[in-house]
Amino acid sequence: MSGSVTVHLTVNGVEHELEVEPRRLLVHALRDDLGLTGTHVGCDTSNCGACTVHLNGDAVKSCTILAVQAEGSAVTTIEGLGGEGNLHPLQEAFWNDHGLQCGYCTPGMIMASAALLAENAHPSEAEVRHALDGNLCRCTGYHNIVKAVLSAAEAGAGAPVAS
Amino acid sequence: MITAEFDYQRVSSVADAVAALQAGGEDAKLLAGGHSLVPLMKLRLAAPSRLIDISGVPGLAGIERDGAQWRIGALTPHARLAASDVGLLNRVAATIADPQVRNRGTIGGSLAHGDPASDLPAAVLALDGSVVAHGPDGERTIAASAFFSDYMETALAPDEMLCEVRVPAMDGYGFGYEKFHRRAEDWAVVAVAAAVKVLDGACVDVRVALTNMASTPLRAGAVEAALRGQPATAEAVAAAAQRAAEGTDPPADLDADADYKCHLARVLCERALVAALAPA
Repeated sequence: MSGSVTVHLTVNGVEHELEVEPRRLLVHALRDDLGLTGTHVGCDTSNCGACTVHLNGDAVKSCTILAVQAEGSAVTTIEGLGGEGNLHPLQEAFWNDHGLQCGYCTPGMIMASAALLAENAHPSEAEVRHALDGNLCRCTGYHNIVKAVLSAAEAGAGAPVAS
Repeated sequence: MITAEFDYQRVSSVADAVAALQAGGEDAKLLAGGHSLVPLMKLRLAAPSRLIDISGVPGLAGIERDGAQWRIGALTPHARLAASDVGLLNRVAATIADPQVRNRGTIGGSLAHGDPASDLPAAVLALDGSVVAHGPDGERTIAASAFFSDYMETALAPDEMLCEVRVPAMDGYGFGYEKFHRRAEDWAVVAVAAAVKVLDGACVDVRVALTNMASTPLRAGAVEAALRGQPATAEAVAAAAQRAAEGTDPPADLDADADYKCHLARVLCERALVAALAPA
């Protein structure tokens, strides 16, 4: 039963060909097969959003998608958004506004926020909170997270994310 | 958490999906967005021997107005339905879980899953919608009132695939959907869907359906009968909403006991009807 399946993914602009078991989750393919450990596994039950990545531009929970379901897709992870010396405005804003404490939920928060700003470059505070319904933080209580998203929007973070 | 092992098969047509279901036996399952099935598989509450991935079947994701009805492809994700002009269903889809889930979950998957706590089943029932299923003997149309047979059970045969959802356009109706849940992204403890048409100050048509008040979604027939023909006033709505729990059988669970769910049904019914009567 099962065997392995070949999956073609373009992750952060780089093409990959992976041999995976059908039951391999996208988040494990990203973390364990491709070494992109910025995407976190939190609750592993589709609740917390720590595993949020973009799949063909849409924010999705990568713990609830089989790698085989992503065949032929473009995936953007937190590593694809920006890095040291080249931070994305959302990463800058989370830093400046202290939008994190332990940091575990942060990659998912930023990817969900990036998807929001790509659709709605200047959201209201209520719209930011609503857009983060699927992302749980157990430390900061959201106040600084929402503040960071709003200041990133002001700084023009709403430009489309390259993938 | 890792699912049990399974065979994976990708299909590119409805005919191939039906053939794969027949060959796969009763342990084969269709996979679309996977946002109901994959979580169950990770918890090992479901262990299908074969997954048939229909997400690449062309022509099944889209919303089309066809005369007096909407035709919604089974692979249409909730986010797209939420952004559409389909009365009631757009409002309901916008409340499902969270943005990430709405990007992946599909209307066909939600209905075929048959969970009475999911939002779309009651909404399609309220509108007297129907589903189009394809099987080895061709296609058939199943009314929503005959589709949900028991807790997570539907009228679909093991070798049938739900391909399309049809609902009337409901021009001139107002809509409401009120849900009570513990956290933003949770399933409904109870929810109420309402569609009302008002003519010359009177409620000439009233549709109300209940989410999670029994093992299937239910129509609140007593509320509909009480309000139909009555003036569109706060008093008439409040009186009719008192009958929302009649004929229901909500199971007690961790969220609420049966009495509290009946109370929620009455309160949410009044709010949903008030929303449906509010000027557009």
